[in-house]
Amino acid sequence: MAELSQAGGTGAADPRPFPPGEYPVVVVGSGAGAIQASYSLGRHGVPHAVVSADPAPGGMFRRWPFFQRLLSWTKPYAPVERDSPAYERYDWNSLLGEGPDERAIMPDLMDGSSYFPSRPEMELNLATFVERSGLRIRHDCRWTATRHEDGPDGGRFVLETTDGEYRANVLVFAVGVAEPYAPSTPGIELAAHYADTRPAETYAGKRVFIMGKQNSGFELATGLLPWARRIVLCSPSPAKLSVNTKSLVGVRARYVQPFEDHVLGGGVAVLDASIGAIVRGAETGSDAPFVVTVRPSDGGEEMPIEVDEVISATGFVTPLLDLPTLGVATFGQAKLPAQTPYWESASVPGIYFAGTIGQGSAGLKKHGLPANSGAVHGARYNARVLAGHIARTLGSADPVAERALLPAGGLAETILRELATAPELWHQRAYLAKVISLDPDVGPREEGVVPLAAFVDGMGDDGDGNALAITLEADGSGAIYPVLYLRRGGKVEERPIEPDALLRFDTPATRARIASILSEAGLG
Amino acid sequence: MATRDEIVDQIAGFALFADLTTPQLERIAHMFEEEVFPEGARVLRQGLSGSAFYIILDGEAEVVIDGTQRATLARGDFFGEVSILLGEAPGADIVASRPLRTLVLAGPAVKGVLVDNPPLMFRMLQAQARRLRNANRWRS
Repeated sequence: MAELSQAGGTGAADPRPFPPGEYPVVVVGSGAGAIQASYSLGRHGVPHAVVSADPAPGGMFRRWPFFQRLLSWTKPYAPVERDSPAYERYDWNSLLGEGPDERAIMPDLMDGSSYFPSRPEMELNLATFVERSGLRIRHDCRWTATRHEDGPDGGRFVLETTDGEYRANVLVFAVGVAEPYAPSTPGIELAAHYADTRPAETYAGKRVFIMGKQNSGFELATGLLPWARRIVLCSPSPAKLSVNTKSLVGVRARYVQPFEDHVLGGGVAVLDASIGAIVRGAETGSDAPFVVTVRPSDGGEEMPIEVDEVISATGFVTPLLDLPTLGVATFGQAKLPAQTPYWESASVPGIYFAGTIGQGSAGLKKHGLPANSGAVHGARYNARVLAGHIARTLGSADPVAERALLPAGGLAETILRELATAPELWHQRAYLAKVISLDPDVGPREEGVVPLAAFVDGMGDDGDGNALAITLEADGSGAIYPVLYLRRGGKVEERPIEPDALLRFDTPATRARIASILSEAGLG
Repeated sequence: MATRDEIVDQIAGFALFADLTTPQLERIAHMFEEEVFPEGARVLRQGLSGSAFYIILDGEAEVVIDGTQRATLARGDFFGEVSILLGEAPGADIVASRPLRTLVLAGPAVKGVLVDNPPLMFRMLQAQARRLRNANRWRS
């Protein structure tokens, strides 16, 4: 299916691709999520347009993190070769390409000073992927409104942009969770948002109050340690640290320094308290520019804190424009859209989400551990699965589907291979699964990657027949271990496999356990 | 969707949180996350490990054991705590029978919240006692 018609463009001289018109699918955005979605849709043969308000690729990485270094690592020297899929375990930042020059782009762009790429290195990584893969994006084209119009075949969406109208049956929004959120605290207008933080040196000698104790708050505190006279980090509940949760939940290790400063009495205070109000000091007789009143969560007395600056590191919301009016249900403080396991709006079919918005499809969240969908190393796999799902939904040819029949007796070896090498299982634990169907008339057959939540409910693209799903999982204890799910007669049972201290998944013990599970299922 | 302030206002009216002060409620509201489920979606799955504790903010859910509906849960009701307290997989499916909006607390965090908030633990114990009494009446 080609671009059906194109009208209302900005003139023959406009070199940009995808003039307004009718397309099967329109992707909105040009960050990591949109780029991966577009690339993967292309691999599945789905014609689509990509529009973005930004002048160049990169999304949030064109501006953030504020202190210019990422939280996600890429190890240039890893235990496996860079050109193998297994290398993706160690490279959280490259997008997923098929061609040799489209893979593992990030490590070649890093200067060796850190295994966390700098923000400009990450921006270049994304732009390089776009260039090498020949992706086309219509930049400087801002999505302004959305509506649905009825038609003979059930209707379609109309995406209004600054360049004109796009019509499509499927819309994919990959616009980030990037709109600053400020709580309704009285006096919040006196606080600057994280997004409006000034250069660090302008805080020299200041007393800084930071609202929020998540990564963005601790990132600011870390950057201001050499400059601020005093830093107070405050929110009602205790800060979680990733080294304690043994997951990506909580403040990452490289931002923990303010916490050590706090416990050693260096001038940083980390408070568990609700913030009552922010007022100008003059209103309370204080010489300080601002006074923040806090109430300790443990029931202590209300405290006024005199400060020079207040910064709200209270997070971001999803810029969905008028999608809620169209019926897209949202939830939580980040106003994430409620989504199916395939990242489709739970309330408006045909509207999908890619990139960090995909974290709204939480999956099973076993043991309270979220998937990594809010980060590139999770979202890139989601986008690949999403592209395959959209291709299937639209009836497009699916040239890259892996539906190979497995040789007799090859099941155990396939499971061991997937556990040892499949990067999507590693990065999207208990979220994405490799599925092998077990139709007795056909024999074991690879069905590709399926969201685990869809598999256990029999609603995945693999159907609801007898099948086996392979995952890697964690339970917050620090262990990472394989789990096999057996779906038989519509009922799903899980079979965990003992963890290995060195994260080897091909040990004799693992082989024996897999053989035992397959035997139990009559597959031995 | 709800802000933290709105969540505090809502849970303040639930029996489970009736004895907590506002700062305690605010602290707890920050530990829970909001999660929504469309009609027909499974929230808890019988036999699958690693589940969480849920409180219903809006909507309705059915308790289904081995395919048979056993009870209906509504606003203010909670579920998931039994499997967490016992360290076992849930013994029932919980299925949204209408669009469901919940607060969710990860399984590993439940013990800490209960121990840090004895009035909450007492209220939960009271609810469990009622359920046990009703089950015993039903059997006798």
